[in-house]
Amino acid sequence: MSEAAILYDIPGPRAKRRDRALTAIFTLVFVAVIAYFAYALYKRGVFDDRWSVLTDPPKGQTAADVWGSLFRGIRATLSAAVVAAPAALAIGILVSTLRRGMRYRAARGSMVVITELARGLPVLLLMFFARFFLGWEPFWSVVFGLVVYNGAVVAEIVRAGLAALPRGQREAGLSIGLSTMRTTLIVELPQAIRVMLPALVSQLVVLLKDSSLGYIVSYEELLRIMKTNRDYFGDRYMIPLFVVGAGIYITINILVSRLAISLERRMRRSTQGPRSSGGALVVGQGAVPGSAAAGAGGAPFP
Amino acid sequence: METFIEEFGLVWGGFLATISLASVSGALALIWGTVLAAFRVSPIGPLRTFGTVYVEIVRNTPLTLMFFFWVFVVPSLGFVPHLGFQTAVISLSLYTSSFVCEALRSGVNAVGVGQAEAARSIGLGFGQTLTQVVLPQAWRTSIPPLISVLIALVKNTSVAAGFAFAEMVAISKRLTNLHSADAFFIFFGIGVMYLLITIPLGILASRVERRVAFAR
Repeated sequence: MSEAAILYDIPGPRAKRRDRALTAIFTLVFVAVIAYFAYALYKRGVFDDRWSVLTDPPKGQTAADVWGSLFRGIRATLSAAVVAAPAALAIGILVSTLRRGMRYRAARGSMVVITELARGLPVLLLMFFARFFLGWEPFWSVVFGLVVYNGAVVAEIVRAGLAALPRGQREAGLSIGLSTMRTTLIVELPQAIRVMLPALVSQLVVLLKDSSLGYIVSYEELLRIMKTNRDYFGDRYMIPLFVVGAGIYITINILVSRLAISLERRMRRSTQGPRSSGGALVVGQGAVPGSAAAGAGGAPFP
Repeated sequence: METFIEEFGLVWGGFLATISLASVSGALALIWGTVLAAFRVSPIGPLRTFGTVYVEIVRNTPLTLMFFFWVFVVPSLGFVPHLGFQTAVISLSLYTSSFVCEALRSGVNAVGVGQAEAARSIGLGFGQTLTQVVLPQAWRTSIPPLISVLIALVKNTSVAAGFAFAEMVAISKRLTNLHSADAFFIFFGIGVMYLLITIPLGILASRVERRVAFAR
């Protein structure tokens, strides 16, 4: 808790005693609250045989059927994300490169307009557009929504990375006779992507989370499968199914978030270390401001 | 195009529904998020743990899953919130509060160590240091990310369309079912209505960001 430590002094004997008392009181309160909830759940029969849906389900189904369907759901969720993520990354990098490298003002302006429009719309509206206007399959509607929105966000992240580079990088490229486009491609882009890698990884979490919107456009992903199982077995079995499904979602997302945080930490260390070259050092310092997505410790943007 | 104009009453209703959902849950999320942020920097261990665990879990939960929880799971426990506006407000404010907390906390971290030290050295306690010295400064740094969180909230209200609340995206689906020939203009119009909210907010955020950057 290094950030908390600046707000209060290193506690003396009296403060220590007070803190210990408060810690004990609040721990007791929390334990009591949790115990009360557990008891309330028990009273409503949450811990009865309904968990058998995961081991020995009713209605002549086997556990393999239930888990198999959940597994299909995970695969559907992940496959939408796996198709959408590289496409969004490619589009985002393309748009931000064009925006930086093109010589014509109108062309650059149109890239700005495209990113702002795609960023300002709800993902679900984009999915509905693909589903009900273009008449696409649910899978491709989900991918469409994810790609358009996250492509725009990636473009914005890479733009912030490019803007944070020291001017000398661009000037050096131009002064050895590269065109603006080649300067962007060869000199600036690799550095910007490296700096923005944590933000790009945490955007993956957002993409993964948004794939659950497929539930609403009737794509057979994890959430929809949970609902189907619940409709088949009955409302009683909702809780075990939900605990499993939510556990899967949250575990995957926490793992990817952790990856983003560790990348960011590694990058901060490598730019501060004595071994790194002068260029990387300046890049590392200028990277954080100007980008809303990069700041908060690999926080996925809602 | 004509249907969009003819049915504008319906669209306007959806627009107002989106706005009211966003403002009610935004206000609640700001309050609860501030409390969580105070928990996360407080000297009391259990509160800190609670804040950290809450934010870590909720931030990594898909919003659709949160809606699903309040619409399908909680009623099976015997507590039945009103479907529609009420479940939407609960889900959106619980979800958004974790992002509000993170935005505020990064603001607190951005306040110089010397500020808190100076406050302590003139004898202010934890509460006074936080409310009189650190938070007023943290608040300013936090405004641009907070506006971004609110923009995301406006767009996130659309998830309520899948859970029986007639906001703008739900209206767009209803209208395209009725007038499928005009689907393009209906989506176009609804998209413009969203941009009318999100783009001015985005411009505001970047203005504020520039002013704060000068002040530092």
